[in-house]
Amino acid sequence: MAKRESNFINMLLTLFAVTFIASASLGLVNEMTRDAIKNANIKAQQKAIAAVLPKFDKLGKSFKIPPKGETDSLELFPALDANGNVVGTAVKTYTNKGFSGHFELMVGFTPDGTISGYQVLQHQETPGLGSKMGEWFRNKDKPKQDIIGKNPGKVNFTVSKDGGDIDAITAATISSRAFLDAVRRAYNTWKNETDATSGSTPQKDDQTKGGNS
Amino acid sequence: MSQMKNFTKGFLKENPVFVLLLGMCPTLGVTSSAINGMGMGLATTFVLVMANLVVSLVKSGIPDKVRIPSFIVIIATFVTIVQLLMQAYLPSLYESLGLFIPLIVVNCIVLGRAEAFASKNTVWSSILDGLGMGLGFTFALILLGSVREFLGSGKIFGLVIYPENYGSLIFVLAPGAFIALGYLIAIINKLKKA
Amino acid sequence: MQYIIIIISAIFVNNIVLAQFLGICPFLGVSKKTSTAVGMAGAVAFVMTLATIVTYLIQRNILEPLNVAYLQTISFILVIAALVQLVEIILKKVSPALYQALGVFLPLITTNCAILGVAILTIQKDFNLMEGVVFAISTAIGFGLALVIFAGLREHLDLMNVPKGLKGTPIALITAGILAMAFMGFSGIV
Repeated sequence: MAKRESNFINMLLTLFAVTFIASASLGLVNEMTRDAIKNANIKAQQKAIAAVLPKFDKLGKSFKIPPKGETDSLELFPALDANGNVVGTAVKTYTNKGFSGHFELMVGFTPDGTISGYQVLQHQETPGLGSKMGEWFRNKDKPKQDIIGKNPGKVNFTVSKDGGDIDAITAATISSRAFLDAVRRAYNTWKNETDATSGSTPQKDDQTKGGNS
Repeated sequence: MSQMKNFTKGFLKENPVFVLLLGMCPTLGVTSSAINGMGMGLATTFVLVMANLVVSLVKSGIPDKVRIPSFIVIIATFVTIVQLLMQAYLPSLYESLGLFIPLIVVNCIVLGRAEAFASKNTVWSSILDGLGMGLGFTFALILLGSVREFLGSGKIFGLVIYPENYGSLIFVLAPGAFIALGYLIAIINKLKKA
Repeated sequence: MQYIIIIISAIFVNNIVLAQFLGICPFLGVSKKTSTAVGMAGAVAFVMTLATIVTYLIQRNILEPLNVAYLQTISFILVIAALVQLVEIILKKVSPALYQALGVFLPLITTNCAILGVAILTIQKDFNLMEGVVFAISTAIGFGLALVIFAGLREHLDLMNVPKGLKGTPIALITAGILAMAFMGFSGIV
């Protein structure tokens, strides 16, 4: 079949037409899938929050806070019971020290700072090694690895190799260190936030009591 | 060649991975499990068929000197469509395949078929060629993925065959991919001669 | 300090060919002789670095502000295709011998997954322009390293008594696997 002649005008027109049609179709598909993509992301997030917290009735307003001295914010999701009391807070945290760099976790804390659950959100750690962190740190049969039920305020959340209390994944020390780094970041940010907001309440009650007698 | 032969050549005789040795990057990169291999294979098949179709349709309208850039834009468009659709409706597969989805655009198989076949054949032949090559590619990926998943973690498609602790982790990692593919090609060469 | 980590990681720990599976086609295709391997590595290094710079600028200054991130794949691959054309023209004038030696593999640099891969990874890892350039150059060095080592190994293999079924591609792949295993030894460094 004869092709169009390869002169300058034809080449330019063809390239322009092809690129234009391509971009237009992509714009269309992008519009069509935009909501579905957003919903898929939200659903995944809700699932992660539910997986790391004890039973709750509704979610309070989520907010973002940068950890002390850092610029990237963590997102905190307080979960409430039917009376509006906080039963737990899920924290979306991250670390940049993974074997393959950045990865994200969702960690759940009960009001006293104990970890109620965690879930690895997205990572590019080595399959079979670092990727084991999804299950390794919740192993009920191995209390030295299990972080569920432990409180980073009371337990040393670094790997045993560095003098801490948590056993790292065999042959995946870097991923383990990074994992705990993310958990500590979440705990510290959550603790600072909780201390800051609950600091004023007890004093008010005392003053009211004192006034009545 | 008859249309039947056109369609089936992609499976064994001209299998893109085992015979033509094209598309190596995704072959090694996503076959740590059978399901990932299948997902990638099907996504690539979609791009292959659609790209072959469009290239065959417009082949007489594109001046010779700009055919490669034009083909690339057409292929890139379908790759992006696959990306968006996966992100929307198959988010977990999208996460596992990661970087390799946009890399379909530089999969030598796709550009290779567009240039070698679709730009010189009828629409229907091109569709069959794309489908055959794509499914042959998928078959190769599933085969390699199953071998690596079985040897590495005792599972196939997630079904536990033997406990993971007895698996040879190396097959799930990079070196194992090279080695497994090497032996598979040797075995297939032997079978072809027989 | 950050740069040292990027460099060591890109060259050794996360070697683009042996750990990330990008750039396999030229790896298997051009690595038969050490001299061609070096030439190919040089061409790839040049295109990779330039491509990373241009695609980074396009991503930050055009795609993101206009909210058309979905055009990333198309725009990136077009940039790479154009750059390879440029390299071809320059190489023809500057070193016709190398141009001949690389042959059909030169235009094939366009489909080198490593180049598009590095461009996308730079955006994914959230590097700034300087970090991106360092990343690209280090990756290219890692690519070249893997290519040259492998070429040396293959030159030896040609002189050996390989079982008939394994001759050619199979033994090359198995050797690559063992090389990849060796590189895994670097994983404790970073």
